Amino acid sequence: MQRKKVAVIHTGVANIASMLAALERLGADAWLTTDPADVRDTSHVVLPGVGAFGAGMARLRELGLVDALTQRFASGAPTLCVCLGLQLLCRSSEETPGVAGLGLIDADIARFDSSARVPQLGWNEVTPAGDAPGRFLTEPGYAYYANSYRLVSEPEGWSVARTEYAGPFVAALERGGWLVCQFHPELSSAWGQALMRRWLEYDHDITTQEV
Amino acid sequence: MLTTRIIPCLDVKDGRVVKGVRFQGLRDAGDPASLSDAYEQQGADEIILLDVSATHEGRAHQVETVKRVRAKLSIPLTIGGGVRQVEDAGRLLAAGADKVSVNSAAVRRPELLRELSEKFGSQCTVISIDAARRGDSWEVVVRGGREWVGMDALEWARRAVALGAGEVLLTSWDRDGTRSGYDLDLLRAVSQVVDVPVIASGGADTPEHMVDAVRAGADAVLAASIFHDGDWTVAALKAELAKQGLTIRQVTNVEVAR
Repeated sequence: MQRKKVAVIHTGVANIASMLAALERLGADAWLTTDPADVRDTSHVVLPGVGAFGAGMARLRELGLVDALTQRFASGAPTLCVCLGLQLLCRSSEETPGVAGLGLIDADIARFDSSARVPQLGWNEVTPAGDAPGRFLTEPGYAYYANSYRLVSEPEGWSVARTEYAGPFVAALERGGWLVCQFHPELSSAWGQALMRRWLEYDHDITTQEV
Repeated sequence: MLTTRIIPCLDVKDGRVVKGVRFQGLRDAGDPASLSDAYEQQGADEIILLDVSATHEGRAHQVETVKRVRAKLSIPLTIGGGVRQVEDAGRLLAAGADKVSVNSAAVRRPELLRELSEKFGSQCTVISIDAARRGDSWEVVVRGGREWVGMDALEWARRAVALGAGEVLLTSWDRDGTRSGYDLDLLRAVSQVVDVPVIASGGADTPEHMVDAVRAGADAVLAASIFHDGDWTVAALKAELAKQGLTIRQVTNVEVAR
């Protein structure tokens, strides 16, 4: 495989060393960026995410990345969003009431029920839904989660993988070149690496011509 | 369903794994990066590295060690030892740690937990508590049990979580190294007063000990000697735990052979 270029958005609130190491192991040429041009023009982009919803959104706005991400979303260019990265795509989150998310997913994020230990820290299932199989989310498996908030409703127009912790929630979504994970694929051992490899190998231009 | 995590713990001093590690087929069992990678291949769910370097010079290896471990490791990595302020944690996270655990520094200055969780999030912030039984309760000890600090372990666990710790690494000082089983009363008591995950530590010898720990409220079990001495591989242990009814992530042959 040709060495894929991957721009990893430096949100400043995330510990992204694990993501960079995983991309490195997969043979990608990955770097940290805050430059909107990188986010617009690089073949593959990662929106990692650890930290609070409000701080994450403030950072994206401050860096002027909202438009670049919205454009990528419209074109379906390969974009991997992880953990908070998934939540930022939604309209809002209970974590930071009153702050608008990117709104690319028409849903809201809520905290786990108080019946569960929060944060959810550990390995849980990822079960791709059978009705609309995806390009990346093809294999069931276990992945590492570290989250206190989650998306419950399954948005229209996406292939979905599900899991359960104090009730069902969305483990991951995909659409075009977008792979959006509540879990951390970069910390999910061989299964996570295989998922990331499928995403990395997806070539946007060729596929758009096919479509 | 969320699975029970099985966590090998490596004590690292001056960049090398201490305690005799007998690990078959490993060229350098003293190298934290090789050993962590081997445990991942066996199915470990997470690795904890505790830096037990006594000196400042010894600890200078820590960031380099974390980088080398992270280069290979694709499961979560928790680092403990020597974290006294936010900057220490920032360095370790930037080098590739996913979580940092703090122990005596938080006992001396509990606000450290608030600072860490505000800066990096609760999911990065682990409070490590060494608890020693004293009659019907447990007292916090630091500096490897050399110093009793007069704090009730349950009260400290509750306070640490209120300050922002997202996980409790709970070591029974009485059981540590004895291989006589985890202190189940301690686990039961702490897991009732906190609503974050609790990692059981100190005393593991058999799969039965781990099953008992989970039934007592542990979300994850840490072990060192039983892995390092070669009594159990992580894979064999996990197969046995699954047989005994725990929910376990089992690694398939395909993944092992990658």
